[in-house]
Amino acid sequence: MEFETVIGLEVHVQLSTRSKMFCGCSADYAGASPNTHVCPVCLGLPGVLPTINEEAVRYTVMTALALNCSILEETKFDRKNYFYPDLMKGYQISQYDAPIGKKGRLEIGPAEAKKRVAITRVHLEEDVAKLLHRDGYSLVDVNRSGVPLMEIVSEPDIRSPEEARDYLVKLRSILQYLGVSTANMEEGSFRCDANISIRPVGSSELMGKVEVKNMNSFRAVYRALSYEEERQRKAFISGEKIAQETRGWLEEGITVLQRSKEYAHDYRYFPEPDLPPLALSAEYINGVRKSLPELPEARQKRFITDYGLSPYDSMVLTTDKAMADYFESCIDLDKSKPVPEYAKEVANWLLGEFSHNLASAEINIDNSPVAPDKLCRLISLIDEGKITMAVAKDVLAEMFSSGGDPYDIVQARGLLQISNSAELEEVIKEVLANNPQAVSDYQQGKPQAIKFLVGQVMKRTKGRANPNLAADLLSKKLEVK
Amino acid sequence: MALSKEEVSRIAELARLKLDDGEVEKFTTQLSYILEQFQILQEVDTTDIPPTAQATPIKNVLRKDEVKPSLSVEEVLANAPDREGDFLRINTVLG
Amino acid sequence: MEKLSISQAHQLLKNKEVSSVELTQAYLEKIESLEPSIKAFVTITPEVALKQAARADEMIARGDIKPLTGIPVAIKDLISTKGIRTTCSSKMLFNYIPPYDATVMERLYGSGVVVVGKTNMDEFAMGSSTENSAFFTTHNPYDLERVPGGSSGGSAAAVAAGEAVYALGSDTGGSIRQPASFCGVVGLKPTYGRVSRYGLVAFASSLDQIGPMTQDTLDAALVMNAIAGYDERDATSVPEPVPDYTSLIGKDIKGMRIGAPKEYFERGIESGVERLVRKAISKLEQLGAVVDWDASLPHTDCALACYYIIAPSEASANLSRYDGVKYGLSVRVGENVLEDMALTRQVGFGDEVKRRIMLGTYALSAGYYDAWYLKAQKVRTIIRREFDEAFKKYDVLVTPTSPTVAFKIGEKASDPYQMYLSDIYTLPVNIAGLPAISIPVGLEKGLPVGLQVIGKPFNEGTVLKVASACETKN
Repeated sequence: MEFETVIGLEVHVQLSTRSKMFCGCSADYAGASPNTHVCPVCLGLPGVLPTINEEAVRYTVMTALALNCSILEETKFDRKNYFYPDLMKGYQISQYDAPIGKKGRLEIGPAEAKKRVAITRVHLEEDVAKLLHRDGYSLVDVNRSGVPLMEIVSEPDIRSPEEARDYLVKLRSILQYLGVSTANMEEGSFRCDANISIRPVGSSELMGKVEVKNMNSFRAVYRALSYEEERQRKAFISGEKIAQETRGWLEEGITVLQRSKEYAHDYRYFPEPDLPPLALSAEYINGVRKSLPELPEARQKRFITDYGLSPYDSMVLTTDKAMADYFESCIDLDKSKPVPEYAKEVANWLLGEFSHNLASAEINIDNSPVAPDKLCRLISLIDEGKITMAVAKDVLAEMFSSGGDPYDIVQARGLLQISNSAELEEVIKEVLANNPQAVSDYQQGKPQAIKFLVGQVMKRTKGRANPNLAADLLSKKLEVK
Repeated sequence: MALSKEEVSRIAELARLKLDDGEVEKFTTQLSYILEQFQILQEVDTTDIPPTAQATPIKNVLRKDEVKPSLSVEEVLANAPDREGDFLRINTVLG
Repeated sequence: MEKLSISQAHQLLKNKEVSSVELTQAYLEKIESLEPSIKAFVTITPEVALKQAARADEMIARGDIKPLTGIPVAIKDLISTKGIRTTCSSKMLFNYIPPYDATVMERLYGSGVVVVGKTNMDEFAMGSSTENSAFFTTHNPYDLERVPGGSSGGSAAAVAAGEAVYALGSDTGGSIRQPASFCGVVGLKPTYGRVSRYGLVAFASSLDQIGPMTQDTLDAALVMNAIAGYDERDATSVPEPVPDYTSLIGKDIKGMRIGAPKEYFERGIESGVERLVRKAISKLEQLGAVVDWDASLPHTDCALACYYIIAPSEASANLSRYDGVKYGLSVRVGENVLEDMALTRQVGFGDEVKRRIMLGTYALSAGYYDAWYLKAQKVRTIIRREFDEAFKKYDVLVTPTSPTVAFKIGEKASDPYQMYLSDIYTLPVNIAGLPAISIPVGLEKGLPVGLQVIGKPFNEGTVLKVASACETKN
């Protein structure tokens, strides 16, 4: 039997406002010592009242518009009632039946095979405190309590773990472009829960819907959903009933049943009496719409037309806003160069060696020790024939570790390309003497042996030899022999 | 409008109130009586009547996104039933 | 020492006939002598009071004297007072000391007032007699066998006994007006949104208001002048300008249109109460007001049920924060924190609080929301509209404050529903968010009777004017 996977995603995003959702405490609690960003309001002391942060509302409207949602003319907050020690008031101020945005969509996949995922709703609420589990007891840090949290819920339109990952990558990209969130999954400013079920192809009936939680990276989402898809398929085939339940993803690669809460869920939503409703005027909404920055899809198109990049390179470059910004800074720094060639060169560096260096140093491009002007100078050194590609890669690695200027590094380490025949002759002589086998291979009609010999020359010169010149000189010598 | 003891127990769970058997018994009787008196509400014709959730017609009360001073850690923890360092300490959440 | 009003005390202070420290000491002595029998206070604050009095004397010496400067006040114990224990008369908060002041306290402190203590009340303002206090019941100064009313019973008794010049109370369904009526003092519940609720421990957020409890209407106006007005920390406070509430006191009421809704003279009203209230209304008529004795608010009979669904629903959420995690009582003998929370709430809350939490939880729960909570909200609309209609015809409405005089301690304690009926004339006003005052209009067999004057939203001035016209000094 063929199965189809049905996935819906619920994403929680912390908004990068200065203050918290309902009080004036700083929302920037990352790295703060415990309980230092706490006031009577977010601690839930008796008698306090919430007040709405207008920037958080604006960020949510921006996001809803970017996701093609319709914005409700009248929206309001509601109390969601449940007890947990991380919830200071015993209710969360959230939005129930009048979310800020409704009925949107997000397109994923390559341009030639776009897939539309419907967005059910975008709403605003508040984060809860952080619990730390110790041996036999727990600790509470209230700093996170009341940080603005935006919830984005998709329809169950996603059909595979790959699509789920694409959806999240695209969503994160949009949020970063909007500047409403750092949207960092590892740091917890972007969190994802998934609902996943399977059904025989052609059937509209769903099996038990499983909620998967505790996925802390895009990779974890992908792995957890792949695991869960397979687990459910096997369970179905062996005739087991797939229970509607909540499962947690463990890094060792499995999902496990989360202990069902001993108290039933019944959130008893009702309108928050402490907060008057919001009537968002058409004028306000249009103002926000006009203020929206360029979004990843538009930028991708522009990269293709303006810079002549391939659709793939454009997509990869523009998915990460900071990467795209970096790219454009480089282009702007050197306007004298022919656009498509130079753009391609910069793109190749960024998507290749530069990204490797970022990845191995585990840093974000925003924190790159190599600023755009330095990368541009490195590329210029290559273009001007001053260093070889091989040397340039080493220089870039050193720029990453020392933060130095490429020209200084080249100077200090004597890495300028050897394009002088006399200087190379000496090296070539030695190489020929030390590699009689390769020499005889070449002379017996194996021209590819010259590549090996050029490689030896590069090795001896630590990559500084102009490889074309070296090949020329080598072939001349070999002909003579 | 009689409530059953099971319903009362379920409500108490939702309200995270532990009740002993005597309390369940007492509240079942009292709440059933009170709800019976409140049946009068069901007789009111509310066709086309919108609900009122707020006492004033005001809307759009928003605050500027400005950081205000927080409490000191000592103030935050001054009333804490238990603490460990600068954290609130509670019984285990698990277990 | 006789009972001083704010205006009298102010004159003494202004003329330097007495210092604030002397005045404060006199009140503290009076508290000491009366408290064993009245029991109006949960916490008495002599050190704080004398310090504040000394500061007030400095202000007065500088010539910086406002109407409330240096005058002793008692504060209901559910208004947050920085550094002063705030218990809400609940075991749950028996040791809670707030790190912040309610907005009304900041405003009073700005006037240089002297806080002599925090007054007893029904636990979390749920009740009509102070018998639901977790600590003790307050006694009515007119008859120590009787309740002072509630929930602001401690504030009412303190003012009636002269243990404070005035007090702050809070009113969700009659909690200022009913005890004012039982203790023969003036109690004003302002329009919803008129006085900031920031720092008022929430019972029912869409109904609660803080208001003054005083010796006379002029004092009520003076306190309103100090505490009313928009507060950016309370999103439901209304940015209407604050008039001088004293300006209409004692002004002519000739030609004013007054409605006496007939539904408020039915259903269990005591004949003595009815007689005195009718007499007071007749006096308004004699002063030139046009009284319609046949005014009608037909849905009055639904108000009690409407109120007792909405208020407990909101309360069920408002009281969820009392879980033993952050402050207050914490029972820690469970297997885990979730059990601790349930145990803390079992031990920390009294029966009436539990009843209302359960009632509200039920009314909001899946399957019952539409039939109870939503239904009550729709009936709320009907009741509000009825008041709106009435106020097209009348400037104010007048009613008895309570159907009875103060009842005996223990008389209704075993029957929660009978207790609820005690607020039957006051709670419709909260449902509609209107301003209303209770003023004493005489004694029935030695016990005070109150007249309620209800006004249009933000017409506290008019309410005070009408009330002052039939004010009789006890």
